[in-house]
Amino acid sequence: MDALITRFKKIGRRSEFYIMLTLVAVCIAVQFRSGQFFTANNIVDILRALIVPAMFVMCELMVIISGGFDLSFPAVAALSYSLTTTILVNSHYTGSAILPFVMATVMGLVLGSLNGLLISYCNLPAMIVTLGTQAVFRSLMLGVLDLREISILLPQGMKDFGMTNLFEVINPVNKLRSTMPVTIFFMIFLVAAVFLLLRFTLFGRSLYAIGGNEVSAMRAGIKVQRNKFLLYCIVGAMAGMTGMVRVCMAQQAIPSALFGLEMIVISAVILGGASIFGGIGTITGALLGIGLVVTVQNSMLLLGIPTFWQDFFMGLLILTGITISAVQVNRRKK
Amino acid sequence: MSEYLLNMRGISKAFSGVQALDNVDLWIEPGQIVCLAGENGCGKSTLIKIVSGAYSLDTGTVEFEGKLINGVNPAEAAQLGIQVIYQDLSIFQNLTVLENLALNSEIANNHQIVNWKRMKKTAQDALAKINHNIDLTAIMSDLSVADKQLVAICRALLYNAKLIIMDEPTTALTKKEVEALFDTVRKLRDQGIAILFISHKLEEVFEISDKVFILRNGKNIHTCDTKDIDRHQFTYFMTGRNLEDMRFEPQVLEEKPVLEVSHLTSNNKYNDVSFSIKKGEILGITGLLGSGRTELALSLFGMNPPDSGEIKMNGKHISLKSPIDAQKNRIGYVPEDRLTEGLFLFLPINDNINVSKYSILANKVGILNKATLDAHAKLWVKKLPILTDDPRKPVNTLSGGNQQRVVLAKWLANDLDVLVLNGPTVGVDIGSKQDIHNLLHKLASDGLAVIIISDDIPEIVANCNRILVMKDGELKSELAGNEIDSDRIIELIR
Repeated sequence: MDALITRFKKIGRRSEFYIMLTLVAVCIAVQFRSGQFFTANNIVDILRALIVPAMFVMCELMVIISGGFDLSFPAVAALSYSLTTTILVNSHYTGSAILPFVMATVMGLVLGSLNGLLISYCNLPAMIVTLGTQAVFRSLMLGVLDLREISILLPQGMKDFGMTNLFEVINPVNKLRSTMPVTIFFMIFLVAAVFLLLRFTLFGRSLYAIGGNEVSAMRAGIKVQRNKFLLYCIVGAMAGMTGMVRVCMAQQAIPSALFGLEMIVISAVILGGASIFGGIGTITGALLGIGLVVTVQNSMLLLGIPTFWQDFFMGLLILTGITISAVQVNRRKK
Repeated sequence: MSEYLLNMRGISKAFSGVQALDNVDLWIEPGQIVCLAGENGCGKSTLIKIVSGAYSLDTGTVEFEGKLINGVNPAEAAQLGIQVIYQDLSIFQNLTVLENLALNSEIANNHQIVNWKRMKKTAQDALAKINHNIDLTAIMSDLSVADKQLVAICRALLYNAKLIIMDEPTTALTKKEVEALFDTVRKLRDQGIAILFISHKLEEVFEISDKVFILRNGKNIHTCDTKDIDRHQFTYFMTGRNLEDMRFEPQVLEEKPVLEVSHLTSNNKYNDVSFSIKKGEILGITGLLGSGRTELALSLFGMNPPDSGEIKMNGKHISLKSPIDAQKNRIGYVPEDRLTEGLFLFLPINDNINVSKYSILANKVGILNKATLDAHAKLWVKKLPILTDDPRKPVNTLSGGNQQRVVLAKWLANDLDVLVLNGPTVGVDIGSKQDIHNLLHKLASDGLAVIIISDDIPEIVANCNRILVMKDGELKSELAGNEIDSDRIIELIR
């Protein structure tokens, strides 16, 4: 019995628990208002909308755990996919979607390694570095390389891949159709990979250690610089891949499509209980965080609330999340 | 094979022309507890960083188990069995006890894939070495300082440490926790592990060590068995000054008390506390951690408003609901942790002195005049004095004792009637401690009522003409004049 109580107490102290409650509350509230929440096609729509943000959340989670900050991954993704598609279109590529994915991932890795180089080996603050690189990447893309929107000309392999669905559901009431794309496997793969990486590799545990106390990590024999460099390379590659997922799903490569996504993603990670000071953060929390964000956005459409209110509620959500975690920290101190 | 575990001879080290260590010797036998003592800046930390491989040396030899180990790196030193427990313990507050114990060995063995079962076993083995039980799943930040320290010690033992260096391990511990730590240290010694203990606290040095090495200005000043030295000599060797044991004799100027506290109660913290103090007195309030002494101090400065009872200042009833109320009523407060609560370490000395007085120093329309500020800061730098060549330098360039003087200057410049000091000399070395005490005596003779709240009993005994002893939130007894006696106080507070 006592063990059960301490278990509940432990759960009650975790922010995952509260965000779960909020998520359930939002779902039930929307169901009451619209009667449309718990329908197969709405659930599929939400999952579909979750794929790209959830993949970005995995990138940001790793960075925040290590005590860093990454504002550049949407720019990394956008530059990678824009450059990849432009090159492929110009060379009249007609093959499958595999080559575009490989190219975008490698490009992401190269761009990420630039972040890594500056942050780890030059020992510069991550937030400033990524603020700088994202601006550089964007102007490279729009100005120097003059990359344009590509939609009709998109290689057929990519179009086909993006249109491949696992299944389709139809809402019997309003006859709306929703499809589950195969790209959901990219999300599942990435979540599983990041989970294994964080939980079962020395690299993953080192990220927690570095985020907790960098000096101690160094004294413990962790190669802090090398691990950080590796981290930004991996995150860059992940961002490149995610960008290509987005292009295939949207059937178009728009250079400016992901602008501003970093704020939503960072908010979701913090909402999920990760500490902005590093060292603390879980996959479950981050997924619940982005789940809540996407659900709220989706539900506002369902309820017919004008879109400009979205930012308002997003802001409210973030403030609530941060307040809860601050209260918890203060309570712990006592 | 030499009889010494560690044998350092003729160690010299200079940093950009400043001689930090000058021909220093240090040796330790297996199973010995050796204390390295000296004031701040005497070269203690430089010396241990040479042993641990963090610094290289200029000249001299370091032998470990008879082998020359000049110029090892920290990882190699750890492999040899030299472990340093730094003051910050090098732990990960965000991780569990289990990981804190086991992560290092995973790294050392280069296990790229983490096996949680293996880590759990490592952690259990580590705790078994000192027969201690800590919940392995607990998050480190939830542990007490003493438990954190034990985790750090256990982790050191995992490396089959032969020499454990502890850098001022008792700073953040209560008396009871210090006792527990010393028991552990003795247990380790009985297992044949040598301990190099760095401290400047007299009581601890005499209680725990077999041998002392005293450094001053980077040189060996005195080396002997602990039993062959007494406290006076020890202090003399450390500071180069003869510090007298003293008793404070108050010169009471007015018979009317300046501050009267009656039946003050703060629920669950302290209960029904009454006392009064006259100008010129130094009143000591002592008790163990959790006896309510700190909470009482905070109440006097408006940071813990009492639930019932009365505070009178110069005969008039006052209410202290915030630090601003306290300042208005001419009560000053010097916080316990001067580094985190009292000073802006990276800001200049003069800003630190002026910060609490901007409202006084500003002119009618609220503009701060640079000349006024500089003059005011200069006045206090000279008066105390604060040893610095330039008051525009950041406070963290000062030694501990001088930092303490800055804190005092910060509060003293307000016209005060009562000054409350909470642990005024925590973390300050002996010489500076004496300076602060002299300063307090001077302030009291100038007509200030001083209240010292401290668990440093020798300090209370030497500086206070009256002492209140608190226990479990109650005022247990009041001692004055000849009744003041260390042993008696120790008995009363337990």
